Amino acid sequence: MVEETSATGWETQLSKNEQIAIDVRDAVKRYGDFTALKTISLSIKDNEFFTLLGPSGCGKTTLLRMIAGFEDVTEGGIFLYGDEIENLPPYQRPVNTVFQNYALFPHMTILDNVAFGLEMRGANKSDARKKAGEMLELVQLSQFSARKPSQLSGGQQQRVALARALAPQPKVLLLDEPLSALDLKLRKAMQLELKHLQRETGITFIFVTHDQEEALTMSDRIAVMSAGELQQLGSPNDIYERPRNMFVADFIGETNLLEVSVDKVENGRAICHLGGGHELTCNAVDEVGVGSKVHLSIRPERLFMSEEPAEGESLKAKVRENIFVGTDITTILDLADGPEFIVRTSNSDRGNKRIFEPGTDMYVNMEVGAARLLVD
Amino acid sequence: MATAKSAKFDIKAYRGFKAITLLCLFVLYAPLIVVTIYSFNASASLTNWEGVSFRWYVDVFTGPESGKFKTAALNSFIIAIAAATMATTLATLAATGMVRGGKFKLRSASFGLISLPLMVPEIVTAVATLIFFNAIGFDRGIMTILLAHTAFCVPFAYLPIAARMQGIEDSYEQAAMDLYANKRQAFTKILMPLMMPGIISGFILAFIVSLDDFIITNFVKGAGVETLPTAIFGSVKQGIKPNIMAISTMLLGLSVVMVTISYFVSKADNTK
Repeated sequence: MVEETSATGWETQLSKNEQIAIDVRDAVKRYGDFTALKTISLSIKDNEFFTLLGPSGCGKTTLLRMIAGFEDVTEGGIFLYGDEIENLPPYQRPVNTVFQNYALFPHMTILDNVAFGLEMRGANKSDARKKAGEMLELVQLSQFSARKPSQLSGGQQQRVALARALAPQPKVLLLDEPLSALDLKLRKAMQLELKHLQRETGITFIFVTHDQEEALTMSDRIAVMSAGELQQLGSPNDIYERPRNMFVADFIGETNLLEVSVDKVENGRAICHLGGGHELTCNAVDEVGVGSKVHLSIRPERLFMSEEPAEGESLKAKVRENIFVGTDITTILDLADGPEFIVRTSNSDRGNKRIFEPGTDMYVNMEVGAARLLVD
Repeated sequence: MATAKSAKFDIKAYRGFKAITLLCLFVLYAPLIVVTIYSFNASASLTNWEGVSFRWYVDVFTGPESGKFKTAALNSFIIAIAAATMATTLATLAATGMVRGGKFKLRSASFGLISLPLMVPEIVTAVATLIFFNAIGFDRGIMTILLAHTAFCVPFAYLPIAARMQGIEDSYEQAAMDLYANKRQAFTKILMPLMMPGIISGFILAFIVSLDDFIITNFVKGAGVETLPTAIFGSVKQGIKPNIMAISTMLLGLSVVMVTISYFVSKADNTK
C-alpha cells in the first residue's frame, strides 16, 4: 500500500517527455531468509540529483549496489534508459560508483587512477591520460596528478574518486555515502561542489546517505527508505512539509509528534483532540477518518508564541525552558494536562516574535496548515 | 615504583627476567656464533684457535670436495627456485580462492588442510612421500625432490600471502570492475600488485625452507643426486672438517639476508 500511493504520487509528477534514467521494477533482494529489500519500484529521471535516504540497514546501499551490479537482484528488474541491466556484470554497465571509502588504487598515481576506467574501456594510454588530466583540472587537483592516494587529504581523495568515476562519462553516477568521512565544514563545501558538478555534467546522480540535512540540501528528489521499504518519494520540500507517515516525519528534521484522536472531519478540515481538553484543527488526510487515533506532526519553526491568542490555532501553555542554540532559540512548553511542545524561534525573528521567561503563561500559535496528520 | 605503575603490566619488573632472557638467547645463538667464528680459524683443528684466515672458504671453492659441493649447491638452488616458484603460484591461487571465494562449505576444513603439513612431523611426510613415489613407480632423482619440495613448501608460501590478502578490501576489485575491468584484469592490474609483498614474502620463505631441507630430500633423492644439506651430511659422516663450518656460515648468511628481505618487503605496505 505504501508503494502504491507513493507510486501514483511520482507518476503524476512525471511529464511525458522526461526520460527515465534508472527504472527499478518490483526489485526484491533476499539473503537466505532475510529480506533486505521488499519489492521496491522507483524511477529516476534523466539529469536528476536523486537521493536514497534512510537509517543504516534500510536497504539503500543494497539498492545502490544492485544498480552498480555488485549484488544480484533476487526478483524484479532494473532498467537503464530502457535496457534491462540486472543480469550484466558491473564492467558492462555504463554506470560508475564513488565508494564510501573511495577505494582509490593505492599502488597507482592519482593520474593513473583517473585514467583507469578510460583505459579499460579501450582508450589508448596517452588519450586516457589526457582525458584524466582534464578531469583532474575539473576537480582542481592537477598539481597532485603524480602523487599516490595516501599523500592526499580525505577531501582531496574524495575529489579524485569523483574524477575517476566521472572520467569514463557514465550514464549514471552512483555515490555511496561519499561525504561521511569528511569533517563538517568540508562536507558542506563538497555538498555544493557535488551539486554544481551534477548540473555542469548533466549526468544523473544517485546519492546514498543517512544524513537528512545533506539529502534536503542537494537533492532534486528524495526516496526515504526504512526496513527495506520505500516510505515516501518526493521533492525535499514535499518530504519535509508533507511527510506521509510517522517514520518520515520523525526521520526528517525535528518535529513535535503528538498522539491525537480525530473527532470530526468536515470541509477538508479535521478536528483533533490532544488530551487535556486541547483541540487543534488541521488539514484532513484521506487515509485518516473520524475516530482514528493517529499522530500529528508540527515542525517547531512553524510555531510562535504570544501573550494573547493569535489568529489561527492557539493553545494555552506555560514556558518550561529556553535553550540558546546559536541561530535559533528552542523553547520547551507544557500544555496544561497535555503534551509538551518544542518551539523554535529564529534568532533574527526575535524582534517580532516573542521569547518568554520560564514559568510564564502564554499562547502557542500556528496556521491551520502547519499541523500534519500522519499515516502510521 | 611497582605500586605507582601497578596499573601497567610490566614484565621487566619480575625478578630473573633478565637472566632467563640471556640464557634463552645463549642457547639459541651460541652454537651459531661458535660455528661462525671457527669457520675463520687458520688451523685444521676444530677447537684450537690459531688466528683469522679465509683458508676454509677458499677450500670450499677449490679444495678436494669443491666439485661435490658445487654440484650439490647448484642442485639445491635449482630445486629451491623451481619449488618456491611453483609453491608460490599454487599458494597464490589457493589464497585467492580461500579469501575471495566468499563463504563455501568446508572453508575452515580447507584452511586446516592447507596448513596441516606444518604440524605433521617431517619424517612422516618424508616416509609418506617416498612410499607414494614407489607406489606409482616414479624413479627417484632430482624430479622427485622437486615435487616433494613443491608440495611441502605450499603452506609456507600460503600463510604470508593469505595474511596479506585478508588486509586488502574487496572494494578495490569492485572499483576496478565498476571501471570496466573484467575479472581477469581486476586480478592482474589491481589485486596482484597489492598482493605482491605477500607473494614475495611467501616465495622467500618457501625458497629458504626448500634450500635447507634435509629429511624429506634424503628420503626421496635418487642415488648420486645430492643437495647441499645431504652433501654436507655425507661429508660430516667422514669427520667434521672446518670447511663444513665455512659452508654452514655462508648458508646462515644467505638465510639472514633472505629473511631480512622478506621482513622488509612484507612491511612495505603499498595499500597505505
